[in-house]
Amino acid sequence: MKTFSKLTWPYIAWITAFVVMPMLLILLYAFTVEGNGVITFHFTLANFAKFFSDAIFPMVLWRSLKIAFLTTVICILIGYPCAYLIAQMPEKKQEFAILLITLPMWINMLIRTYSWKGILAYFNFDSQINVMVGMVYNFLPFMILQIHTALSKLDRNLITAANDLGANDVQTFLKVTLPLSIPGVISGITLVFLPAVSSFFIPKLLGGGEYVLIGNLIENYFVSVGNWNYGSAISLIMALVIILSMYVTKKMDRKTGGEE
Amino acid sequence: MMRRLRKLLSGSYVWLVMAFFYLPIFYVMLFSFNKSKSLTNFTGFSLQWYQKMFESRSIREAIYYTVIIAVIATVVSTIIGTLTAIGLSKSGKILRTIVLQINDIPMMNPDIVTAIGFMLLFTSLNVEKGFGTILLAHISFCIPYVILSIMPRLRQLDDNLAEAALDLGATPFQALTKVIIPQLKGSIISGALIAFTMSFDDFVISFFTSGPKISNIAIYVYSSIKRINPTINALSTIIVVIVTTVLIIVNVVPMIRERRKRGIQK
Repeated sequence: MKTFSKLTWPYIAWITAFVVMPMLLILLYAFTVEGNGVITFHFTLANFAKFFSDAIFPMVLWRSLKIAFLTTVICILIGYPCAYLIAQMPEKKQEFAILLITLPMWINMLIRTYSWKGILAYFNFDSQINVMVGMVYNFLPFMILQIHTALSKLDRNLITAANDLGANDVQTFLKVTLPLSIPGVISGITLVFLPAVSSFFIPKLLGGGEYVLIGNLIENYFVSVGNWNYGSAISLIMALVIILSMYVTKKMDRKTGGEE
Repeated sequence: MMRRLRKLLSGSYVWLVMAFFYLPIFYVMLFSFNKSKSLTNFTGFSLQWYQKMFESRSIREAIYYTVIIAVIATVVSTIIGTLTAIGLSKSGKILRTIVLQINDIPMMNPDIVTAIGFMLLFTSLNVEKGFGTILLAHISFCIPYVILSIMPRLRQLDDNLAEAALDLGATPFQALTKVIIPQLKGSIISGALIAFTMSFDDFVISFFTSGPKISNIAIYVYSSIKRINPTINALSTIIVVIVTTVLIIVNVVPMIRERRKRGIQK
């Protein structure tokens, strides 16, 4: 049976080349001077210093985090009741509802975002709200599906037991259903917050050009400006902020999980 | 009475959310038949944007590249992913943990970080960006999903079956293709489906790994959106219709088959 373990060798070579190397290159670029050769590195922290000393960049990072946070909250507020109501439906109807939610997800994200352009033109929202509509639209299905999965796994007997023991509907929901569905909400948060922070085509398509998020900064520095060292440093800062927020979310999950 | 009212209200809430999902899609479909260029004023019925779309060489090429890349990336990533998953299930714990950890990186990373990683890699190696680089990148970000969908099924497999095949004189290759892989069929298919969707849907990674000569549907949409271009409405409509048809067939056919089976049993 040990012979089969050799089957991993090609993939180990593959991830070394296509996963580990690219990540190391981002690190290398972030900590080196612009325009140096491959052999002679000049290490520097200037890229990071530039990020924090410039007034615009921390503001853009803050704005991206804020809009991703608001998007996540709205997705929970709209998505939770929807997932809950779907989970109450009879099985066939439930399958159909889930199919209806997954269907638009098969259509390219770019096209789905673009499709809002016409409708949003009727309203005179500011760029931030336009972008947020686009984000909620794109990421809400993830939230609903995650919460629905958690809710449909829930043991019905627990709810019957709570009712038998004299809890009313509200109490049953708050003390039984909600705590048990938190893992679904947490994985939903991961699937909404992460792409929302780093998104760059939603603001570009719906924000009307002047609305810039951290993803747009990265795109700019790689595609238009061509300062890859600085672009790498920004990506690294963004990745760190995301890892940190994911860590905090996971911690919260454990805390609520511990109360059960 | 209260109960009925509540049911009605909760039902309509779900439909309201559905309307939110489908409204923009129908809106684009409607305006793909618009006579004028406007995205807000419907001035009359016309098929000119469809005609323009079918005449456009760049759209045809974009569709071709999207499909061909998705197909090749699915086949290659499914093969590598399946073999790797089988290998991992038979490897030591340390190796398995390390590989699975690294395997998680592309799934946890924001797309844009993965994308610039590829861009830096290809540039440092002096590889000209184009079809090959997009394809490599797609295969690369599809494999983790294939592995992830096969690993749980592998854990349920009975090791003795493969062991017995080997004892009875099967070569390792025979044991692999005649015993192990047939048992994994379902999870391999679902892994392949996820890979296909990921590749077909991707914009960010394709955008950063493609050269100026090549674009897929998403890149085409992104680059032509700066000015109003109703051919995109027509293209979107066609994609929506195709995707919906395929999904309905995939979902409804098994239902009908099941119903027939039950009918026979009765």
